[in-house]
Amino acid sequence: MDEGRPIFQQIAELIENDIISGALPEDSQVPSTNEFAAFHRINPATAGKGVGLLVDDGILYKKRGIGMFVSPGARDRLLAQRRDRFRDQYVAPLLAEAAKLGITPAQLAAMVEGRR
Amino acid sequence: MSAIVRASGLTKRYGRLAAVDNVSFELEEGRIYGLLGRNGAGKTTLMSLLTGQEFATSGEIEVFGGRPVENASVLEQVSFIRESQRYPDNFRVAHVMRSAPWFFPGWDAAFAADLVEAFRLPERRPIKKLSRGQLSAVGVVIGLASRAPLTFFDEPYLGLDAVARQLFYDRLLADVAEHPRTVVLSTHLIDEVSELLEHVLVIDDGRLIVDSDAEELRGSAVVVSGLRSTVDAFAAGREVLHRDGIGGLASATVARLTDAERAEAAAAGLELSPVSLQQLIVRLTDLTDKDPA
Repeated sequence: MDEGRPIFQQIAELIENDIISGALPEDSQVPSTNEFAAFHRINPATAGKGVGLLVDDGILYKKRGIGMFVSPGARDRLLAQRRDRFRDQYVAPLLAEAAKLGITPAQLAAMVEGRR
Repeated sequence: MSAIVRASGLTKRYGRLAAVDNVSFELEEGRIYGLLGRNGAGKTTLMSLLTGQEFATSGEIEVFGGRPVENASVLEQVSFIRESQRYPDNFRVAHVMRSAPWFFPGWDAAFAADLVEAFRLPERRPIKKLSRGQLSAVGVVIGLASRAPLTFFDEPYLGLDAVARQLFYDRLLADVAEHPRTVVLSTHLIDEVSELLEHVLVIDDGRLIVDSDAEELRGSAVVVSGLRSTVDAFAAGREVLHRDGIGGLASATVARLTDAERAEAAAAGLELSPVSLQQLIVRLTDLTDKDPA
């Protein structure tokens, strides 16, 4: 786990990544809180908080007495959320670093295109 | 969740030294706590008070609704694994395992046997002949297999190798998941256990300086670094836990920043980096040394 960021958020992101990659298909069961805790060697309550975050967002749903499952439509919703964040998380820092190094937006665009 | 331990105004003096100084807190059921602090900060004294092995100079302690001192109904629910536990002379590992159930009604002999094997403890060997790491492993086995509703581990890892420490963390998490109970881990090796903890108590010079959710503490401070003048301008008016500098460069550890403040720092050309729980506690305990107020 990363330092400095709440672990429960990181757990939620790991589950989201697995949903986006297809490792956890819709309506499939996700590991239990205790399995997450044991696997990542983290506090079970913290793992539970991460899973709870996704239940609150409707990404996961609970089947009483059985466990947690991936909601139908979860993947599309996550993809939309990630695309929204892409600009802030990836493009903005890229532009800032490019500016610091004196790379113009045109040069940057050329690099993205695979030319120099 | 309900509080199973309540301490208020707890103080223990040895002559003029206040080993525990006016400490108040609660421990809740089913959580894993970290009791952190430097050597000699008062961790062991605090645990001795909570388990009735020391008398408080003043203040109140309630454990499972009663006072711990000479109170069998409270103490049978408590397991305190001391760093320097003494055993009767001539005791072998097997004797310790056989006598443990006299003290702990929740003792699980099969689990204990499994742990003895996992830690490769020589059952027939006299306790006096065990290495430091093996002695620690005996404590870990007792602490886990006693399944006490409230378990204290005082520096359980002394001399344990990396494999044995991982084994301890794995068994602890698995067993607590199956048999929920309250565990207090006292240690100065913070980085290794920080992700196991749900709540953190930091004691320094006998005083409780942090009583906080571990997740809240994580990310509660940020290191801002860059040109000295820029760092100074950004840090002005903020609480600075620590400063470092070399030549024209400087870094300052400041309290949690909002997203807007992060953007502001980035726009000014400052680098932001996270502070681990261990670094944060080093900073906090450093600070109280310099500032006796």
